Amino acid sequence: MTRHTLSVLVENKPGVLARVSSLFSRRGFNIHSLAVGPTESPTVSRMTIVVTVEDSEMEQVTKQLNKLVNVLKIVELDPDASVQRELLLIKLKSDLTSRSQVATIVEMFRARIVDVTPDSLTVQAVGTSDKLEALTRMLEPFGVRELVQSGLVALGRGPRSITSTSRGSD
Amino acid sequence: MHPTATPTPTSRANVIPHGPAPATPSADAERLTGAQTVVRTLEELGVEIVFGIPGGAVLPLYDPLLDSTKVRHILVRHEQGAGHAATGYAQATGRVGVCVATSGPGATNLVTPIADAHMDSVPMVIITGQVGRSLLGSDGFQEADTCGITMPVTKHNFLVTDPDEIAATIAAAFHLASTGRPGPVLVDIPKDVFQAETTWRWPVQLPLPGYRPTTRPHAGQIATAAAAIVAARRPVLYVGGGVIKSEAHAELKQLAEMTGIPVVTTLMGRGAFPDSHEQHLGMPGMHGTVAAVGALQKSDLIIALGARFDDRVTGQLSSFAPNAAVIHADIDPAEISKNRLADVPIVGDVREVISELITAIAAEQAAGAVSDLTAWWAELDHLRETFPLGYDWPADGTLAPQYVISRIGAIAGPDTVYLAGVGQHQMWAAQFIAYEHPRTWINSGGLGTMGFAVPAAMGAKAGRPDTCVWAIDGDGCFQMTNQELATCAIEGIPVKIAVINNGNLGMVRQWQTLFYGERYSATDLGTHKFRIPDFVMLAEALGCKGLRCESKEDVDRVIEEAMATNDRPVVVDFIVGKDAQVWPMVAAGTGNDEIMAARGIRPLFDEE
Repeated sequence: MTRHTLSVLVENKPGVLARVSSLFSRRGFNIHSLAVGPTESPTVSRMTIVVTVEDSEMEQVTKQLNKLVNVLKIVELDPDASVQRELLLIKLKSDLTSRSQVATIVEMFRARIVDVTPDSLTVQAVGTSDKLEALTRMLEPFGVRELVQSGLVALGRGPRSITSTSRGSD
Repeated sequence: MHPTATPTPTSRANVIPHGPAPATPSADAERLTGAQTVVRTLEELGVEIVFGIPGGAVLPLYDPLLDSTKVRHILVRHEQGAGHAATGYAQATGRVGVCVATSGPGATNLVTPIADAHMDSVPMVIITGQVGRSLLGSDGFQEADTCGITMPVTKHNFLVTDPDEIAATIAAAFHLASTGRPGPVLVDIPKDVFQAETTWRWPVQLPLPGYRPTTRPHAGQIATAAAAIVAARRPVLYVGGGVIKSEAHAELKQLAEMTGIPVVTTLMGRGAFPDSHEQHLGMPGMHGTVAAVGALQKSDLIIALGARFDDRVTGQLSSFAPNAAVIHADIDPAEISKNRLADVPIVGDVREVISELITAIAAEQAAGAVSDLTAWWAELDHLRETFPLGYDWPADGTLAPQYVISRIGAIAGPDTVYLAGVGQHQMWAAQFIAYEHPRTWINSGGLGTMGFAVPAAMGAKAGRPDTCVWAIDGDGCFQMTNQELATCAIEGIPVKIAVINNGNLGMVRQWQTLFYGERYSATDLGTHKFRIPDFVMLAEALGCKGLRCESKEDVDRVIEEAMATNDRPVVVDFIVGKDAQVWPMVAAGTGNDEIMAARGIRPLFDEE
């Protein structure tokens, strides 16, 4: 099983997310994460889907996705040729003594403290899955009150754009 | 550019009519209600028949439908009947079948025929009423999430929330249903959208930026395929329903004859190649001929044309055709390499694929590349002669169902359209009737929907009123949907139904005989034991002629009498033996090499 990152341009219409997610569950494809958001074009949304499948299954994933009428374009992003990021928010138990220790770790990971109270603080971090996992491991000993993490979003490196040639953009 | 088109449902399924950009509507634009817009759009698209039942949410649509002189509405007795009728119509004519139902239970009753059409790639448009927009999502009376429910069993579906979008949405539905890989497309319209006023605009721009099926095959792949075909020593043309859908039968015949390659036609492909042709080995698969199954198993090159390597054809996938390379041509890229890896994938309309293959192979042949298939044919002829299709007469002296079905085929002839339900009678109808032309064999292949035959026959006859239509049905299937015979009687649709009445759910019983130690759990329908229902009286009650046949001597006479009755539908109750079985058979989960010509006889296995 390998992890693949797909950027999927879809029509910005109601029900498209349901079509995509029901396709994955019906065909038994395992979604690791799915993020949807707007693009530079108001009629087009962009989904970043991370799937964990056998390499032989990957072809079926893209072919089945392509059959959805609302899907405009699918590009698989190579991790080495793309920028891939997730957002982590983590709320920790923290008092006077531990706060500076947390701040040091946060500094090392180029994360930020975005909320603070006398007995808690919230850290925001952006990065690859590996980096966020490492950060979480370092912060866990302080006591995690709450943690939320976004799906992965990604863009190919270099000047090319996958949207400029999409069928929905003209 | 968005595709612009005025889809013509009368055209061949895979032709995409790309018209010029639409003119701007005239200043004195017509004002219509949403419901009038639906009817007008159906008229513009050339729809001649819709099957349906009215109800609360779809009432506004039925009002202008009453005034249409172009669109005939056929009032069915159950929404499932409307759906299968639309399929029968589409499969018999090649045009888009249309059905209509109300919200909630009307729409949910259509789920089975929609799923059926989806599995068999039938071009169909379904229009359902929906509760008013303000009630959507509130669990209102007769509300169901029709789009949500039908999403996995339609090619696409739409909920129309803006009356201005009705015409374009319905036109898009017809375009989607009839192009690329055909399939059912549902349009769900809330009651107040039917009632709202809108401006009539035609032609329309199709809102389908993400839909562009590939119809032209890749030239390089064609060349590779042609080279492989002329080099093969043991090639087989594996022909599926796609050949019928793309009207490629003439091209197929030319390809087969120029290469001399043996042909097998799947359950959905029966009729794509004449059964009388000497290169035809029959149907492959679970109940296929030994020669057809053997040809695929022993092949070194399978040329799959509009077929999808269904599990009923391949048997156990890991032991299917172990030495064969595969050329797989299909309009749907997702079918290629889904079950069996294709060595030469070709995406395209199968008619264009075959045409280009013919050109490429002719060039190869002109250059001297002609393969010698003598040894291959000798092997196949041996299989064909040693294990022809056949049957034994029941030991208890009852009527052999295979005999009845073969006599219907012989008497009604190759120009008749035959339909079947699902089960033993379906397999016998596929085996023992000789099909010479495309669109003369219509059945529920993928979903295996019992009860398909009667309503589908109604649709086929409505679409081709001058053609004789025989439905071969079982006594189990017949009891699921026979109420549509009332529709046939009232609407003047004289179909002929042969109930192959063995008193049991025959195919299930056959499996109980073979795999469950003859323990007959819940398969005796009592149609023999109690003669309940009496199918002759039932037929008469439904406005049909009812006939019964219980002996071999009567079979031809009764069929002739049914053939001579054209003023109303006919039902013939053929009382046949309950122990007849469908052979050959590849037991579920086993490999095709294990095919049994009859119980205990394994020709491919035994010879090696």
